[in-house]
This record gives sequence, C-alpha cells and structure tokens, in this order.
Amino acid sequence: MSAANRARPARLLVLFLIAAVATSLWTYWPGQSTEARLGLDLRGGTQVILTPELAPGAEGTLTQDQINQTVEIIRQRVNGFGVAEAEVTVQGSGANSAIVVTVPGVNPEGITNLLKQTARLDFRAVLAAGTGLEFPAPTPSPSGTESPSPQPTPAPQPSQLPVQAATSEEIFDQYLSLNCLTPGLLQGGRSDDPTKYMVTCSKDGFEKFLLAPAFITGDQVSDSQATLPQQGAGGWMVTLDFDSLGATKLSEASIALSKLPSPQNRFGIVLDGLVVSAPFFSEPILGGKAQIEGSFKADEAKQLSQVLRYGALPVTLTIAESTSISPTLGQDQLSAGLLAGAIGLGLVIIYLIIYYRALGFVAVFSLIVAAGFLWLLIIALGRSIGFTLTLAGIAGAIVAIGITADSFVVYFERIRDEIRDGKTLRVATELAWVRARRTLLAADFVSLLAAVVLYALSVGSVRGFAFTLGLTTLIDVLVAFWFTHPLVTYFGRTKLAESGGMLTGVSRKRLTAGSPILNESGKQ
Amino acid sequence: MKFNEVGNRLYTGETSVDFAGKRNLWYFMSVVIIAIAAFGLFGRGLNLGIEFEGGAKFNVPSTTSVEEARNIVKNAGVETSVIIAVGNERLEIQTPPLEQEAIDIFIDKIAVDFKLDPATITTQAVGPSWGADITRQALIGLGVFLLLVILFLTIYFEIRMASAAIVALLHDLLITIGVYAITGFEVTPATVIGVLTILGYSLYDTVVVFDKVKENTRGILAQSRLNYREAANLALNQTLIRSINTSIVALLPVAAILIVGVGILQAGTLKDLALALFVGIAAGTYSSIFIATPFLVQLKERQPEIQALMRRVHARRSNAGVDGPEAMKVSGNPNLANQVLQAGPRTQPKRFTRSKRKKS
Repeated sequence: MSAANRARPARLLVLFLIAAVATSLWTYWPGQSTEARLGLDLRGGTQVILTPELAPGAEGTLTQDQINQTVEIIRQRVNGFGVAEAEVTVQGSGANSAIVVTVPGVNPEGITNLLKQTARLDFRAVLAAGTGLEFPAPTPSPSGTESPSPQPTPAPQPSQLPVQAATSEEIFDQYLSLNCLTPGLLQGGRSDDPTKYMVTCSKDGFEKFLLAPAFITGDQVSDSQATLPQQGAGGWMVTLDFDSLGATKLSEASIALSKLPSPQNRFGIVLDGLVVSAPFFSEPILGGKAQIEGSFKADEAKQLSQVLRYGALPVTLTIAESTSISPTLGQDQLSAGLLAGAIGLGLVIIYLIIYYRALGFVAVFSLIVAAGFLWLLIIALGRSIGFTLTLAGIAGAIVAIGITADSFVVYFERIRDEIRDGKTLRVATELAWVRARRTLLAADFVSLLAAVVLYALSVGSVRGFAFTLGLTTLIDVLVAFWFTHPLVTYFGRTKLAESGGMLTGVSRKRLTAGSPILNESGKQ
Repeated sequence: MKFNEVGNRLYTGETSVDFAGKRNLWYFMSVVIIAIAAFGLFGRGLNLGIEFEGGAKFNVPSTTSVEEARNIVKNAGVETSVIIAVGNERLEIQTPPLEQEAIDIFIDKIAVDFKLDPATITTQAVGPSWGADITRQALIGLGVFLLLVILFLTIYFEIRMASAAIVALLHDLLITIGVYAITGFEVTPATVIGVLTILGYSLYDTVVVFDKVKENTRGILAQSRLNYREAANLALNQTLIRSINTSIVALLPVAAILIVGVGILQAGTLKDLALALFVGIAAGTYSSIFIATPFLVQLKERQPEIQALMRRVHARRSNAGVDGPEAMKVSGNPNLANQVLQAGPRTQPKRFTRSKRKKS
C-alpha cells in the first residue's frame, strides 16, 4: 500500500522531539525567569485603561505618533511613581487605541490622577542651569542668579508670578535645593502652569533648570521634522515650523536671548514638566522657521521631533476602566482555574479511554503533550513578548482541551470507517489520516482565523483569550501531525492492535457488529 | 442495540435518520426557538454588566447581610446600588459610574463600616463610553471574521456551503443571545468571549460535516443511483457518531469550568464563560446536523444539474420498481466515491509487494 509506505513515523517523531527539546530549552534556558506571567486577575493589582483623545479645541485626528508619545509620557510618569513591575502597553491602533497601565497593589493613592493629567509642551527661557544636584551649580553667572527676570520674552508681570509660591527669590531657593536624584522627581505629570516660573530637571536627571514662564506654548508649533542636511556636516537636525503667533514670539525671544551669555541664551523645551532638550539661540530667528542642530543621532532627532509635533495636538486621557483586585481573590481565581483545568482534562481522558480503549491512550498522551507545549510556550512568550496569562486565557486553554480532543475523534472515527470498509488496520490508519488531515486543517484554519481577527481588532480581555485560542490551535496541528499520527501508525503495527481484540478500540468484530452489510463486506 | 452497533448501521445506511428530508420540521423548531429568543431580546433586552453600561463594582469579603450592606452603602453616599451575595463570604456591590476621587472616598467609608482593610476590597470602575467601544470593536471583529470565513469556505467548498455554514452560525449566535435575554443572566466581557468561541466551534463542527458531504457527493453527477439529498443525508448519518462524540468531548471541559465557576467562585469570568459556551456548543451541534446540511441541500436542489440528477434517479427507480437509495445496500459498499470510481471490474494488473513479487 503506497500510503503506508509514504508514512515515515520515525522521521515525524524525531521532528517532534526536536521541536519539543527546542521549546524546552527556550523556556528553561538557565538564568531566566521560569514562572508564567500572571495577569492582574490572577495575582492581584490595579489596572487602569486609558482612552486617549485630542484635547478639546484641537483639530485633526489622533496619529499613531501621538499615541506612542503619550505612552512614552505615561511610562515616564509610572516609572517615576516608584512602583516595581509597573507596565504600560497600548492595545489597538489609531483612534481606537487604549493604553493599559498595570501596577501592583490595590488602589494605590493618586495613581489615577497622575495618569489622566494632560501633558503640556512649553518653551521656556532658561534663567539658571546646573548639574542636577543639591548645591549651587558652578555654571550660572551671578547676574543670572540674582535677577531671575531678565529682559527676554514677554517680561513677566508681577501678577503672573506664582500665587502660592511667591517671589523669585523663593523660587531660586527651590532651585538651589533641588536634587534631581530624589526618587519620584522624574515622573513628570506635575501641574505646570505656563504663566509661572518653574524649577525642574532634565528628563534624564543630569541637569536642573530654573525656567521663566513659557514664551511659546506647544500648540504654536505647527510642524517638526528630523532631517539630515544635504551638506552632511553636523549630522541630524530637527526643523521647527511655528504658526504666526509662535513666529512673532520666537523672533522676540530669540532677539533678546541670543545676546545673553550662557546659560541665559538657552531655552528649555518642557514636556510634561520635564526638560527634554535645552538648546541655545545662536542668532535671532525671524520668519517662524527654526532648526535645532547638535550632535544628534538619527533616533534622538526623531524622538525630539516627535515630542515637538505632539505639542501641537495635546492628548487628553479618559479613564475608561480601572480595576483593583486583591491578591487573595487573585490567588483564589488562579487555583479555581487550575482546578477546572484538571477536572476538565480528567473527564476528557476518562471518556477517551472508555470509548477508544487502547487507541484512547494515544489520544491521552497527545493531550498531555499538547498541554505541556502550551505551558512551555506560555512561560517563554510571557518572557519574550510579554504574554500574560489571565483567567480568560486559562478558560480558553481549557476549552481548547475539548477542541484538541475533537481532532483525535475526527481521526479515530475515520480509522473506524476504513475498518468498516474492510481495510486492515495498518492501511486504515494511513488512509484515514489522509482524509482526516484535510478536514483538520480546514477546521483549524477557521479557528486560527477567528483568533487572529479577534486579536487584531479587539481590546481588553478578549485579546488574551484570542491569543490562547490561536496558540492552542497551532499546537493542535503540530501535535496531530508530528505526534498523534506517527504514534497511531506505530500502534497499528503492534501485535495487540493486529490481534483486533476488544480492548484495542479498533476491533473489526465490534465495528461490524449488528450490520449484515458490514459483516458481508468484511469477508471480501 | 448497542451504541457501537448503531454506529455501524448508521455508517452503512441500514439505520438512517432522514435529516435532509424533514427539513421543514427542523426549520420550524428553530424558528420557534429563535422567535422566543427574539421576543426575549426585544422584550426584556440583555442584562448588560457594568463593563458595557459604565459603573463601578466592589467585591467585599464580608459576611454582612445584604440589607445591612445596603444601609452601609447608603451611608457612604451612594443611593442606587445593586448588592448581591456571592457565596457566604463575599458581597458584590454595583453602583452607577463614579468619579475616581468618589470611588476612593467610598471605599474608605465602607471599609470602616464593614470593619475591613480597604486593600481587601476589589474594585472595578468603567467609564460609560468604554463599553460602547468594546462592543463596537467586537462587532467590527465579528463582521471581518464572517467575511473572511465566507471567502475561505467559498474557496475550500463552494458558495452554497459557505452560505449554509453562515446561516447555521447566525442561528447559534441568535439562540445563545436569546437564552441570555430570557434568563436575564448578566452579559459581561467573559460572555462575549464565550460567544466568540462558539463562533469558532460552530464552524469547526459544520466544516467537519461538510467535508464528509463533499466527499460523498464527489462525482455524484456521473451516476444515477443516488440523488444529492440522499448522499448528503448519508454523510450526516455517517458523521453522527462523530458529532455526538466531539460534542461530548467539548462539553466535558466546559462542564468542569461550570462546576468550578459556580461551585467554588460563585461568580465571575469562569461562570459567565462556561454558561455561554454550554448553550452555544449545544446549539452548534444541533445546527450542524439539523440546519446546515438541510439548508445546503435546499440550496443545491435549486441548481439545474442537481434537479436533472433527481429526475434521472427517479426515472431509474421507477423502471426498476424500487424505492429509496437501494444501490448501496445491494453493493454493500457505502462509499459513493469509491463506488463510482470502481464501477467496473479491475482491468489493471495487480501490484504485489516486493517480497511477494520475488517469490513468484
């Protein structure tokens, strides 16, 4: 029988073994975490889902750029919040995206307020700058420190000074005592009123600044690009376009500031309360077009231009959902999920063995192997792409037990059909496989399609479920092709199976019982 | 008769249930069920959870009675709330949407009255528009999925099979949603996940049945012993045991989730998911047998060549004076595809295995 000759069970099993060893090595490579990443509902914690929208009054649509920038800002805030294991991810894309923030602990005070604050972008003149430590930095000149309201910009009126934090001297004291290494200081998200003086750090914490009120606000930047000048000298630069109001203010500020000594000829680009860049004016800039030069690398220039574009259309964040789960409830849900899985697997194993007898053991092995694969991949993918196992995911895996077992049922019923047709067991296993294989691929393809579409288009817990469903479908195909099928082939060659005894599950006597036609054809 | 004997006789057609012929009966049953479902859906509507409507949910580990809890909640300044006892040790309090600050204050207040550490109270707050977003995304996903599936099934099978499979799928979805409307079970994101799984499962089931129908009807126009309806019906009967088995195997794990979800956790993801699945898988098995194939036969019988086949088979049978699909009973080989291919005696020389050839 040609089909039987074509089947090379040993090769397939070796392939399977290689796949299994490779996956195990990937998962249990020494020196890495070998624990599954558990979702919020299984380990407790707080999750806040934020939906970004354009700030009121802004026109246009939300771009992916802005979403990424917003995520960047939130990440900075959450990391600065001082919690370990916090994570920020984005789901969906464009106008439908949602930003998911997960932090440990139940209802940490203030986290939600910190998150939903709209981030501002402002340009402020630098009055003093120094290393980010808590003593007077050597750089600022005495003249700059003593008169923190030099001529630049729309000179601040007394009424514009901070109401609560008072005089310029007081602000200067704050500047002197500021230590950028203080935990939580680099989180951003603090109120920054563009009409007030400001003391803050650079984003990386290396420098601290005393800044004048904003002379240009982010919405006056109309565009910004990272470019590589044709002449090639000096590397990447960032170009800036301003609207007419911004252009006027820029020319005023640059005329005034470019005459001053360093650091007062500098200005701070402040995003979300932190200085992302502090270039200096080399000459007055008229006409609303500027460029920032420096020894930028390509990605630095792109990042800065992204920040500058963000300012034109600030994003407001709405808290769509916030969930806090206590660790005890999480633990309860985890053990309940695992218990349900164990019971489900047990019931299916009992059924398969009762109904398919010896053949059923092949199915049971296959199921256990598939479950093992799933576990390895959950750990490995948790580490490599941040896949988290949620209760919905566990449920998806349990449901997949049934769907994986279904493929064995489809195959085994085909074997029985072939035996009823009078084929020998050895031939039947191969003929049945050729036919069942096509059915399995078609049916699994539909499942995979469902998983991919759901994963791509949905948000929230549906995604975790879709991922598990897709993963188990792929494992199902792998196990059926490289494990179950060769094992059944070997089974067909054993003496036990060829004896056709009642315990094999493929006994010809049982498969023709009660049917005169089959008894007849069986003798042919 | 034993179960395995039924299986054997179903395979040959000796025992046969006329699924395809009595389609009006199945349609009628389904129409009645769907009418009840639609009545529930438009009458009572779905009991949507806070994830869709917006609101806040608090899970309090306390043995306080529901009445007392209601007073505590009122004292904390929230007038309208739904309070459910979850098992003996937990209370679930649902309130309308609250601002984040209000939630923090509310938790602190009730924690004092329940004499609890605020950190043991589990909270979930959902903004009113978020649920609409999730629903819209899920519907877009469903639409895209259906289009792709129709495309795939049309390529793999044919357009009529694709339409019949989709009709069966919509049938299952309607019944599941209807059961939720009538029983008033809460619809949560876990329910949506359950319904989406049904989507995949129902199609899986239908694909397996249709694959057999496709196999049984290959070459059907080249003969005049069997018409399309009979061939499709035989396929259904032959896969009946498999359908029952796969449904049992699929329902066993779902039952496990249901037992644990209801028995241990009393509420939450597991219970919601398992309920939707239980209803959906049952409906999916029913529809793949009673709806998908009969509907397919109905579509096929509109095709001129299938009608011509029906007439040929009829003519042949009235000449021979027999009634029904006698051909395969006589030959003893139930597989039509084999029968058509092996109509005459084998004319090609037999090939022996290498060892036998050497001997001869």
